[in-house]
Amino acid sequence: MNTQIVANRELAAASLATMWKIRRFEEAVEDLYGRGLMHGTMHLSIGQEAVPTGACLALNKDDYITSTHRGHGHCIAKGADMERMMAELLAKETGYCRGRGGSMHIADTATGNLGANGIVAGGVPIATGAALSAKMRGTKQVAVSFHGDGAMGEGAWHEGVVLAAMWQLPVVFLCENNLYGMSMSSEKAFNLDQLSDRAKGYGIPGVTVDGNDVQAVYDATKEAVDRARAGGGPTFIEAKTYRWRGHSKSDKNLYRTRDEIDEWRGKDPIPLFEAQALAAGGLTQADIDAVRDNVRTELRSAVQRANAAPDATADDLLSAVYAR
Amino acid sequence: MTIETTAAQTAAPATGETVTMTYSEAVRDAMRIAMAKDPAVFIMGEDVGTYGGAFGVTGELINEIGPDRVRDTTISELGIMGAGVGAAMTGMRPIVEIQFSDFTAQAMDQIANQAAKIHFMLGGAVNVPMVIRAPGGSGTGAAAQHSQSLEAWFVHIPGLKVVMPATADDAKGLLLSAIDDPNPVMVIEHKLLYKTSGEVRTGDIRTPLGVAAVPREGKDLTIIATGVEVSRALEAAEILAADGIEATVVDPRTLKPLDSDTILRTVKATGRVLLVQEAVRTLGFMSEVSAIISESDAFGYLRAPIKRLAGLDIPIPYAPKLERASVPQVEDIVAAATDLVRKW
Repeated sequence: MNTQIVANRELAAASLATMWKIRRFEEAVEDLYGRGLMHGTMHLSIGQEAVPTGACLALNKDDYITSTHRGHGHCIAKGADMERMMAELLAKETGYCRGRGGSMHIADTATGNLGANGIVAGGVPIATGAALSAKMRGTKQVAVSFHGDGAMGEGAWHEGVVLAAMWQLPVVFLCENNLYGMSMSSEKAFNLDQLSDRAKGYGIPGVTVDGNDVQAVYDATKEAVDRARAGGGPTFIEAKTYRWRGHSKSDKNLYRTRDEIDEWRGKDPIPLFEAQALAAGGLTQADIDAVRDNVRTELRSAVQRANAAPDATADDLLSAVYAR
Repeated sequence: MTIETTAAQTAAPATGETVTMTYSEAVRDAMRIAMAKDPAVFIMGEDVGTYGGAFGVTGELINEIGPDRVRDTTISELGIMGAGVGAAMTGMRPIVEIQFSDFTAQAMDQIANQAAKIHFMLGGAVNVPMVIRAPGGSGTGAAAQHSQSLEAWFVHIPGLKVVMPATADDAKGLLLSAIDDPNPVMVIEHKLLYKTSGEVRTGDIRTPLGVAAVPREGKDLTIIATGVEVSRALEAAEILAADGIEATVVDPRTLKPLDSDTILRTVKATGRVLLVQEAVRTLGFMSEVSAIISESDAFGYLRAPIKRLAGLDIPIPYAPKLERASVPQVEDIVAAATDLVRKW
């Protein structure tokens, strides 16, 4: 029996805080972008917060993750600093990538985050490699490859999973099925009842869980991570969730209905979690209010400090290409 | 990760002595030395284990080092390359073998978008110390998908280093430098050179990246050649000498970073330059060398227009006569050099 997160005051508060951080961070990004104070592009994961929150709760600090273009949530859940993330998006020298990467390339090696990735499924074989490295070095670290349903049409996904299965590597392939790869519905794209049916073809365990339920994601990830750490090889997890916002700023939502979006907004993972925590006695209403208010204050301060930081400098661009 | 005694012995420091070995043996010697010295170094690729590699380069290393570090993979170039990137980001030093450089096309996302860019894109937070070994070039009758010279692709991607060893000693010395390097390094070997022999320095030696070789000096013209064309240029220089034409031959060895100083110095000294590459002509590496010379003060020393000799702009054909006609041969170099010197 796994830890019941909603009944554990510390874990419940931490999980709720993580979800609020992701939500507030992305709302702030959306607002800054909308007001012309942030440039470039970004991909928002509002509505999907329970997946990285539940998954990263099952990981140690030195476990690895690889992330996606929609990666703010993974980054925050693995423990990254919101100020440095915001500074990166605001093109500041103090950002995680010193303004060279932006939203799609934030990594935080101190917390095991090997990076978001602008290429769909690009992080899948990289996670396989990190797991290979952990196995060869005998460290007992585990790697989690966060990826979307769209990644499952890529050759990189296939090859990354094939190698991990052959070598029985400590890696978890965690698909956030938010039902669309840009505009392509995953139901149309894959001739499967559930994406986890594919795992059998690779000779690895596969499971589908409710991606809006922190406990369900945590339980599945914990089981997979424990198995990986014990030498039992990779696992595939499909966490079904929904992206409330468009794919990116160009999205006019022509491929889905307002009713569908509203239906999923009704399954918002945050109030769902709050209700569970209240019912289980893990959190009081006062705790819930405090978490929400603290995150709001923390985020506001992160945005202010990030804004005040110096802009990224072009002085040493050429010498930054190669490591010395 | 136990290390075999034989391997540890080979990792003795450089002795100043040389021994005759093939280019292929020299590559293997470099990998053996690196693996004996550093448990983070490992080889990964298709059929590198018991089979010994498509061109026999890894040979019996699996028996010396073991299957953990001489690691056979499935036929998954993109997956192998990605696994190399992930391993390199987390403390290992993978040597990824791609059977034919043509197959890097299968792995290009992980080479061009991941390995090459990660250090810069992540603001310097992570290094990708990975070596990619891939045999290139024509001459084996393997036709268009197994014979290309793709070095320009890789030189065109900031973040990669690119080396093309032309001798057995450089095959060893450059590979050991590539393994030391904290960046992804593409080592393009030449399949026609694998069986050629040369004197190779014993022990843990280095050929530094970014330093050209000048295997022959002469006053009449400078021939700059890469890969298999270096030995053709040297052979041509012998023939030219018999005809009274003295050629300098420059082998850049490292295409990125390029030793422009040596190129410009030798061009200034002779005033005539012939650029020879096996790769197709248009936008090839020698086009860049030509531009570097034209933009420099060496331009004022030129007594003749810069001349490029390159592969035809065609896929490599199968029939032996056609294949031979596709890329510069010794007689083509002799003719072009003679023309340059006699006309100008």
